[in-house]
Amino acid sequence: MAEMRRFDLVIVGGGPAGMAAAVSARENGLESILILERDSELGGILNQCIHNGFGLHTFKEELTGPEYAERYADKVRELGIPYETGAMVLDIAEDKTVTVLSAAHGVEQIAAKSVILAMGCRERPRGALNIAGFRPQGVYTAGTAQKLVNCEGVSVGKEVVILGSGDIGLIMARRMTLEGAHVAAVVELMPYSSGLKRNIVQCLDDYGIPLMLSHTVVDIKGKERLEGVTVAAVDNTNTPIAGTEQYFPCDTLLLSCGLIPENELSKNCGIALDPRTNGAVVDSRLETSIEGVFACGNVLHVHDLVDFVSQEASTAGAEAAFYVKNGRTPDETIDVTVGNCVRYTVPSRIHITEPFPDAHIRFRVTGVFRNTSIIVRSGEAEIFRKKNRILVPSEMLDIVIKGDKLKGLSGEINVSLEEEV
Amino acid sequence: MYDVLIIGGGVVGCAAAYELAKYDLSVCLAERESDVCEGTSKANSAIIHAGFDAVPDTLKAELNVRGNKMMAELSEKLDFAFRNNGAMVLCFDESQRPDLEALLERGRKNGVEGLAILSGDEARAKEPALSSEVACALYAPTSGIVCPFEMTLAFAENAAENGAEFRFSTEVTAISRTADGFEVTTSRGTIQTKAIFNCAGVYADRIAEMAGAGGFTITPRKGEYMLMDKDAGGMVSCTIFQLPTKMGKGILVTQTVHGNLLAGPTAVNIDDRENTATTREGYAEIRAKAALSVPNVPFNKTITSFTGLRAVGDTHDFIIEESAPGFFNAAGIESPGLTSAPAIAERLCELLGKSRPLTPKPDHKDTREGIRHFTLLSREEQNALIAKDPRYGNIVCRCETVTEGEIADALTRTLPAATLDGVKRRTRAGMGRCQAGFCSPKTIVMIAEQLGISIEDVRKTGAEEVTDNG
Amino acid sequence: MAETRILTCINCPMGCELTVGVEDGKVVSVSGNTCKRGELYAESEITAPTRTITTTVITAEGRPVPVKTAQPIPKGMIFECTAAIKSAEVHLPVKVGQVIIDDLLGTGAKVTATKSVSE
Repeated sequence: MAEMRRFDLVIVGGGPAGMAAAVSARENGLESILILERDSELGGILNQCIHNGFGLHTFKEELTGPEYAERYADKVRELGIPYETGAMVLDIAEDKTVTVLSAAHGVEQIAAKSVILAMGCRERPRGALNIAGFRPQGVYTAGTAQKLVNCEGVSVGKEVVILGSGDIGLIMARRMTLEGAHVAAVVELMPYSSGLKRNIVQCLDDYGIPLMLSHTVVDIKGKERLEGVTVAAVDNTNTPIAGTEQYFPCDTLLLSCGLIPENELSKNCGIALDPRTNGAVVDSRLETSIEGVFACGNVLHVHDLVDFVSQEASTAGAEAAFYVKNGRTPDETIDVTVGNCVRYTVPSRIHITEPFPDAHIRFRVTGVFRNTSIIVRSGEAEIFRKKNRILVPSEMLDIVIKGDKLKGLSGEINVSLEEEV
Repeated sequence: MYDVLIIGGGVVGCAAAYELAKYDLSVCLAERESDVCEGTSKANSAIIHAGFDAVPDTLKAELNVRGNKMMAELSEKLDFAFRNNGAMVLCFDESQRPDLEALLERGRKNGVEGLAILSGDEARAKEPALSSEVACALYAPTSGIVCPFEMTLAFAENAAENGAEFRFSTEVTAISRTADGFEVTTSRGTIQTKAIFNCAGVYADRIAEMAGAGGFTITPRKGEYMLMDKDAGGMVSCTIFQLPTKMGKGILVTQTVHGNLLAGPTAVNIDDRENTATTREGYAEIRAKAALSVPNVPFNKTITSFTGLRAVGDTHDFIIEESAPGFFNAAGIESPGLTSAPAIAERLCELLGKSRPLTPKPDHKDTREGIRHFTLLSREEQNALIAKDPRYGNIVCRCETVTEGEIADALTRTLPAATLDGVKRRTRAGMGRCQAGFCSPKTIVMIAEQLGISIEDVRKTGAEEVTDNG
Repeated sequence: MAETRILTCINCPMGCELTVGVEDGKVVSVSGNTCKRGELYAESEITAPTRTITTTVITAEGRPVPVKTAQPIPKGMIFECTAAIKSAEVHLPVKVGQVIIDDLLGTGAKVTATKSVSE
């Protein structure tokens, strides 16, 4: 039996997170890296996101998804970082033995000194939404339809209703319209959209597609092929209101109802997960509950912007490189707790160590809030404050706590929103 | 001219084909959908019932217990997933203990082995997730769980390999008697046959009427289910029933043979034989009633929900008879129909044998090799398979770890899949937590290539349209 | 005649809400923007709105290749421009940045491939 292949760092996933992590790990001096990508090429979900709007932070210009992916893939190749496509990780053991399946190597075990989890996320399927009705052909998650239209060149349908106003749903409303379909409505359960404002303008308003807030699909008609859906208004407990039903004949229903980090490998590995994000619990080094295993990108928590994914992944890559070279150094940490109107934070723990680097705290708020301040406190002391005109749950927030503010802290810090007076 | 035409490719029709194919007979099965297992057989609890529930001396009781006893060997021979996981029937009040004892007595009369009554604590020791309200429980160790798709396919494929002919997208529209049998008009031409097995599920009464051999009615009884992620599958190991009512066995909570958690079914009699829609009321009822047995069923991990229609006859028993010369009914096959299917098939053949001799086929092959499910193989087997065919090294369905090799196999077998659902039921690609979100684009492309059709023409389910030259 | 228009800037994900003062079809004031690009957006949106189009072209070999207009095109021409892009003739291999159409329907915008696709 051949000797097990060994790497300092194995990165699970060659999408934006995995590629940025690899580049950063290499730039931080790590030689022995392997990226394992299940698809046939690097880039992950970006390959099907052919719309523009990516890269403003990272490249200071507006790129499409494939362009953004290709820039990182080129960088991976320039740096000579090995990657294998068509390679599906089946298991990660606690000792960081990675079991991977590929046509080229069969089922293979690889020994890793460190692992970065960058598996991305999946869409919430129809079955998880408990929509009543039939299960005909013509009901797709928005991302599946996006893949079919953009990567397979398939025309998915002609008369479309979209449930959920997540960004993929909004983008697909425009995409289907450009492909010659008629999008009758985008239906959103919540009283606000879960997508970016710019996407409502340029994907819906531009094409006169109505956004029906506080509405949902209550029935799906058509046994073999979709014939239509019934939409109803909901009350403030999200219960459909009798008498408000409207029937939309359609051959396509797209679902854009939330993304779920793909953490099955993490779970099997015994990594602690945060029920609020469905991602791993991590500290400010993005290290999970298992030493030497890091997480970044949508597998950690669902992002809205790929630029933030790349930035986060760079941290993971640098930290993995540091870990491989130095091992774990004992140091002080403080917990990050959530206060008023904050749903979660990543990380949930911050290292307080020389040379006291700045700490990113990424989080989402629980509702729509106008004229508030984000405040971070350690006990009574305020260590961060920032005013905001409007905060919405669809927008991931990223604040930076200066290292010198963290120096000497112990116990916990708390992130909350307060009304501006 | 066939010796026997089976109408309906559900588990009963396919088991009948399997049984008939043992003999020197020409057999044809006509199914209105494009695949087997498209009706009641695909949407049920997938339980191999022990047999304590049926009234003694009924066909249901006899064939249930017989079917249960046949299952382990059949699953070996025909290569389908079956596990003997045991079942419990719960009581929530000590005052119901006599009802439980009556059930136990009924089971003993039916020939069910190993039945015992457990105290609430004993039941909870076996199944820690059970409600603290459980007062006592009937334990039935011979109850099992099965993959109904694989089981139906296994019967069908074995039958096909032994010469039975399958005609899909072929709906029977009229039956007339001829000098030596029947002429059956279908959506795809006429079929001449000496005998007919009516295995048409919720349409069995209509088919019988077509042949002038009716006299019973079938009422579809809707049963809705919610299926949860494999994450939740370990919540119970046994199948958990509540005391049965006259509408059926109530809402059960069970692990499936593939390790998901299943809750359901509701029981509502309806008129529309095509109404497999789920309802808000159904979801609410499943949640409420399942919680009585297992309080913390994680319904937030639901990955899909579905509705099946039980074919409820008006005689309170299975209708298995030769209702006119050469016309045999297997009708009213509600629960425990899945369990009883192989025994029903035997009974149908016995009935047929009364009017004509049945000669065993000399070259009959009694086994069937299923699709090799990559994820169930040992590492050595997996690598050997990949070395032979690298497509087994390419995962298409991430959630259920299904390889391209398995899907290719499903598309080229004796009875090949022709739809997305057909691939799903054969390989489990798309059965997982993302419900085909990731794998369906690849699967669709593979189906299109195999069938030589455009991607847009790949169907999820349903009969193929009849074209002028079809 | 003076009027006030409320716009959402689409230049970046912040989506600033712009309050735009318009007089005789001309922008006289912009507020609510975070950066200079908000002002430019308001100006163009009021006087001559433009959009960048992204879509796919099916190559002669039957493979979809993603493309974009390298410069924005008039908003009113989205559908005719998309149709023109769709009918472009492209052969594999395609390199990212490769010009697919030099001047899209006289708008002066180039259409370029946004992904390298090999044969």
